[in-house]
Amino acid sequence: MRALCWGTGGELAVRQVPDPELRNDHDVIVRVRLSATCGADLPLLAGTVPAPTAGEVLGHEFLGDVVEVGAGVRRHRIGDRVVVCASVACGACWYCRRGLPSCCDNGSTDPTASEAEWGHPVAGCFGHPRSAGGFAGSHAEYVRVPYADVGAFAVPESVDDDRALFASDAAPAGWLGAEGGEVRPGDVVAVWGAGAVGQLAARSAWLLGAERVIVVDRHPARLQMARHHVGAETIDRRDTDVTARLRELSGGRGPDVCVEAAGGPAGENLSLADRFTGRTRAPDAVREAVYACRKGGSVFVLNGGVRRVDAFPTGTVVHKALTVRGGRQHGQRHIPMLLERMARDELRTEHLATHRFCLDRAAEGYALMRDRPEECVRAVFVPH
Amino acid sequence: MGRVGTVVAVAGALGAAAARATRAAVTRRRARPVRCPTGWQVVTVDRPVEQVLPAAVWPEPLRRLDGAVEVAVTGAPGGRGTELAARPRPHAAWPGLTAHLLGDDPGLLVRQALWQVKQLVETGEVLRPDRMPGERGPGVAAGVPRPSANEPPR
Repeated sequence: MRALCWGTGGELAVRQVPDPELRNDHDVIVRVRLSATCGADLPLLAGTVPAPTAGEVLGHEFLGDVVEVGAGVRRHRIGDRVVVCASVACGACWYCRRGLPSCCDNGSTDPTASEAEWGHPVAGCFGHPRSAGGFAGSHAEYVRVPYADVGAFAVPESVDDDRALFASDAAPAGWLGAEGGEVRPGDVVAVWGAGAVGQLAARSAWLLGAERVIVVDRHPARLQMARHHVGAETIDRRDTDVTARLRELSGGRGPDVCVEAAGGPAGENLSLADRFTGRTRAPDAVREAVYACRKGGSVFVLNGGVRRVDAFPTGTVVHKALTVRGGRQHGQRHIPMLLERMARDELRTEHLATHRFCLDRAAEGYALMRDRPEECVRAVFVPH
Repeated sequence: MGRVGTVVAVAGALGAAAARATRAAVTRRRARPVRCPTGWQVVTVDRPVEQVLPAAVWPEPLRRLDGAVEVAVTGAPGGRGTELAARPRPHAAWPGLTAHLLGDDPGLLVRQALWQVKQLVETGEVLRPDRMPGERGPGVAAGVPRPSANEPPR
């Protein structure tokens, strides 16, 4: 089959690779219909996080048809059209059983590598380095899905591929930003980042009852999308004092909930010393959110691409009694609900696929997303 | 930190890394017999003790390390299942290939074994990685239908 692979020099190229195979009883093999780029891949391309090794396949947001089923799979049959959660979780450990599948103890093939990285093992992810699971990515004709009963979901007939695709990752991530930030009816919510996750966090805030939703970004085209498709007010950070404007829009209090969805440091030019030590500059969005948030409010951080930061305003967190939380999406918990909302037309996502490529041109899709974010929110690949 | 400071820091860090690498290489050459850590490696298995150690028998793959490790089991607080602990015995004779593969970190081997026990008990299987392209058979030509082992007859 064809797949988008890492090259030896870190370049991307579509290559001929062997088909995936069932490796565990709970696996299925999915024939990929659509697979999307994601901002979480940009730190890999920028070299700010450990890159996959040559030959590994990229991609984690996808949907397709089940073509092969492991002996232990109960909920899926050949021919099912499924959307697959981008992260891999077992559904059986203490964390999964308490609705925290992204914290799964058993979602990685090498928990000790994950422990070395984060202190504890966490759920794996398709198309990331082996320390993040050991699962080939979805920018391919076929992909193996472990724990398929837990992470693959049949798509309702009324939801088309272009909409359902984003139930794989962007929609549950956006939902988590709003839900994890504990948005309540009447809240003022600010979201940093008008990419796919930011727009869906803003939409989720509306669905949870927010009275005012404000999206901050530096790309006018993305802000226009947030206004048009989400109904959010927007702040262009290039020519506006974000904190002052947010105070103005919230009666001087500051937003009740601030969601950071600004994505990875795609174009950040790191010094040699920073690359060596792994340090990155303090992300503007998190720092701004902490300063802007009302006293006693909450800040939810979705961007895991910035691994370590210095100059974090800890004192502000303490003096304003803020709750700062973070998380990767809990798709195994949220995807069924999100698909239902998609079917009811409460959640529309198809506009996020701004560009479409056949798989053979997938490397172009990534270059476009990296170099021209003002026009490309998500590039979607069609393998067949 | 200015540019000179950065250069000095980088040079220092590179020197320290080189020294660590050299020490590690020397350690690898001298690392027989292996140095055993004294601490326990522990995982919490979200199942009761009787499921973790059915009939008081060590679960795989810990069973393969019988004689080389000590194992302790206790109920976890708050109904969180079972705390399963293991540590290498000092001067243990490691069985079979294990001794060859051990390197100089038996603690890591024990930890990996504990995670595998936990996966087996909680999910019924040990999750296996996708094989890298080089580890699998030849590719299927693009556009050719994928043969499926359990595809229904047409």
